[in-house]
Amino acid sequence: MNIIVCIKQVPNTTDVKIDPVTNTLIRDGVESVINPFDTYAIEEGVRLKERFGGKVTVVTMGPPQAENALKEAISLGCDEGILVSDRKFAGSDTWATSYTLSMAIKKIGAFDIVICGKQASDGDTAQVGPGISTHLNIPQVTYVKKVEDIKDNKAKVERMMEEGYDIVETPIPCLFTVVKEINSPRLPSLKGMMRAKSAKITKWTADDIKADPKSIGLDGSPTRVVKIFTPPPRKGGEMLKGETADIAREIVELLKDVVI
Amino acid sequence: MDSSITIILDKCTGCTLCVKKCPFGAIHMANRKAVIDMAKCTLCGACVEACKFKAIELNKEAGEKKDLSAYKDVWVFCEQKKGVIQSISFELLGEGKKLAKKLGVKLCAVILGHNIESKIEELSSRGADKIYIVDHQALKDYQDDPYTEVLTKLVEEHKPEIILCGATTIGRSLVSRVAVRINAGLTADCTGLDIDEKERLLLQTRPAFGGNIMATIITPNHRPQMATVRHKVMKEADIHKGHKAEVIRKTYPESVFKTRTTLLDIVEEIEETVNLAEADIIVTGGRGIGAPENFAMIKELAKVVNGAVGASRATVDAGWIPYSHQVGQTGKTVCPKLYIACGVSGQIQHLIGMQSSKVIVAINKDPDAPIFKVATYGIVGDVHDIVPALTKEFKRILKK
Repeated sequence: MNIIVCIKQVPNTTDVKIDPVTNTLIRDGVESVINPFDTYAIEEGVRLKERFGGKVTVVTMGPPQAENALKEAISLGCDEGILVSDRKFAGSDTWATSYTLSMAIKKIGAFDIVICGKQASDGDTAQVGPGISTHLNIPQVTYVKKVEDIKDNKAKVERMMEEGYDIVETPIPCLFTVVKEINSPRLPSLKGMMRAKSAKITKWTADDIKADPKSIGLDGSPTRVVKIFTPPPRKGGEMLKGETADIAREIVELLKDVVI
Repeated sequence: MDSSITIILDKCTGCTLCVKKCPFGAIHMANRKAVIDMAKCTLCGACVEACKFKAIELNKEAGEKKDLSAYKDVWVFCEQKKGVIQSISFELLGEGKKLAKKLGVKLCAVILGHNIESKIEELSSRGADKIYIVDHQALKDYQDDPYTEVLTKLVEEHKPEIILCGATTIGRSLVSRVAVRINAGLTADCTGLDIDEKERLLLQTRPAFGGNIMATIITPNHRPQMATVRHKVMKEADIHKGHKAEVIRKTYPESVFKTRTTLLDIVEEIEETVNLAEADIIVTGGRGIGAPENFAMIKELAKVVNGAVGASRATVDAGWIPYSHQVGQTGKTVCPKLYIACGVSGQIQHLIGMQSSKVIVAINKDPDAPIFKVATYGIVGDVHDIVPALTKEFKRILKK
C-alpha cells in the first residue's frame, strides 16, 4: 500500500510568548516542530504500513528548513521525504496550499491513502486536508479516530463527531484527516535516527510539480490578510479567600446571572 | 506583475520596529538594514504599517478586476442532524441578518436533508427572508460527496455574496470542499464579522497561533466570500413567530446525490453531554482532582449547572476520561459563558483552548498555577472541598 502523509512545520506554541512592551509575538529562539496533529498522521501512516505492508512518503510545503521536519518523520518510520519549496509559494492561503500539495501528490504517482493531521496548530483552519482531497477528486473522511480495517480496496474507519462517532466505509484511494485519539506516536528509534541522518530529501519547485502560476502563492489565494493585531491579554481577576462555605456562597452569588 | 515586498534601503534606519511587528518572524537585520526572508513572509503587511519611515513597499497583485455584481444575498448553511437544526445555525442567522442589512440584501437559509419540510417554519421565524431547501434521501445524514455537490450547484446557480457556516465537524469538512470547487475564499473559525460597506467586503476576524494573535481577512476578488464561525460568539437570532420566508425547493438529477463513502452507523456516546462546543457552561477536571473516580464530583457539578464535562490533557492521557472531553490545543477549543477549571494547572496548551470563555473560575491548591492568570475568579484551595461545596450551593440556589 502506498501511503502519503502531509505535514507542516510550525512554531512550537509552548514557546510563544508575548512581548509585554510591543504586544507582539516574541519569535527569537522559538523552536520549529512538526505540527502536533501531524505526528498522529505520521504514526498512523507507519502503523498502516506495518499492518498492510507498503511504503510511507511524507511531504511538506514550506521553507528550506522544513527539511528537518521531514527528517524527523523518517526517523519515526516514514520511508521517503519530499520538500515542496519555492519562493513563488509565499503568501499561500489554504486554497493555494491544498492545490500545491495536490500537485506534488500527483507527481508522486499512484497512492492508496493520503493522511493529514486534522489541522495545524498555527493556523487552526482544518481546510487543507479537505482541500487536497477535492483537488485530487478523491473521497475523504475527516476527523478519523480509528482505521478499523482495509480490504478489497475499501477502508472502514471511525469519524469523530460532536456527539460520538460515525462508522464510514470509503473506497481507496482516499484521504483521511486524523485526530489525537487515533494513536500514541512512538519515539524515534536509534535505527530510525541513523536512517534520517543519511536520508536524501527530494526537493521540488513550483515548476517541478507543474503548478499553474495563477493557482499558487498569493496570486492563487482568494483570501488576503489585511490586519494582524494582538488581542489584549486576559487579565487575572479576583482571588477569593476565606472559609470554603463562604467562598462557595460568594462565587455562586457572582455567577448567578450566568447560570440561571 | 507579481506581488512583491521591498525594503527601500535609503529610508530604512535600522530601528527594528518591523522585526518586532512581524508575526511570522520573517524579518531580520543585516548591516543595520531590514531584510525580509521571502520563504517565511506571507505579505500580510504588518511591517508596512509598523514602519515609521515608509521604508517598506508592498505591491499586491490585484489580478484582473472581476465583475462581482452578479453575486448577492447572505446565505447561512443550516446544519441539521437527525432532523434537528443545530443551534449554531441560529447564531449564524442572527449575525447574517446584520450583515444582510448592511449590504441591503436578503438573508437566506440553506438546508439539506430528508423530510425536512417541517423546518421551514422554524427557519422563517429566525428571520430568514428566503429558504433554499433540498430534500432527498441521500441527504438524510451528512455525507461529503452529495452535500458538496448539492451546495456547489446551489451556489453556482444562485450566486450568493456571502456564505456562513458553523465551524463544526460537518461544516469544516463541507465548505472546505465547496470553496475549492468554486474557487472561493474561505476563512476558518471566525470570531468577528463585519462589512466594509464601500467595497462590499466581508471583514473576517479570527484567532491564529492559538489565539495569541488575531487576523482580519478579506476575499477581495472572488465570490462568494465564505466563512466558518465558532460556536457561542454570535448572538442567536430572535424568534418572530409568523414571519414568512420565500421558500425555494430545489431538485436535481440522481447523479448529483451519488456518494463514494457509505455511512454504516452513527454511534452516540452514552456518556453525559460531551458536546463541549455547544455547552454554555463547562466544568473541567485536571490532574489536581487526584484520581479517575473523582471525575464523579466534576460530573455532579456539571449536571447541577446543566453544563458539559471537560478534561485536561493529563487526565485524558492517563486514561481517566475519553478524549472527546479534552479541552486545549490537541483537544477542543471552547468559549462557553462559564468555564470552571478544577485542579487544572493551566499549561499554555490548555489556555489556548479555553481562554476566550466569558467567565473563568479556577480552583487550584497552587497559588502560582498559571490558570489564575486568566481566571475571572480564582480560589486557592483543595478541589475536593470546594467542588462539593459549590455543587451544594448551586443546588440550593437553583432549587434542585
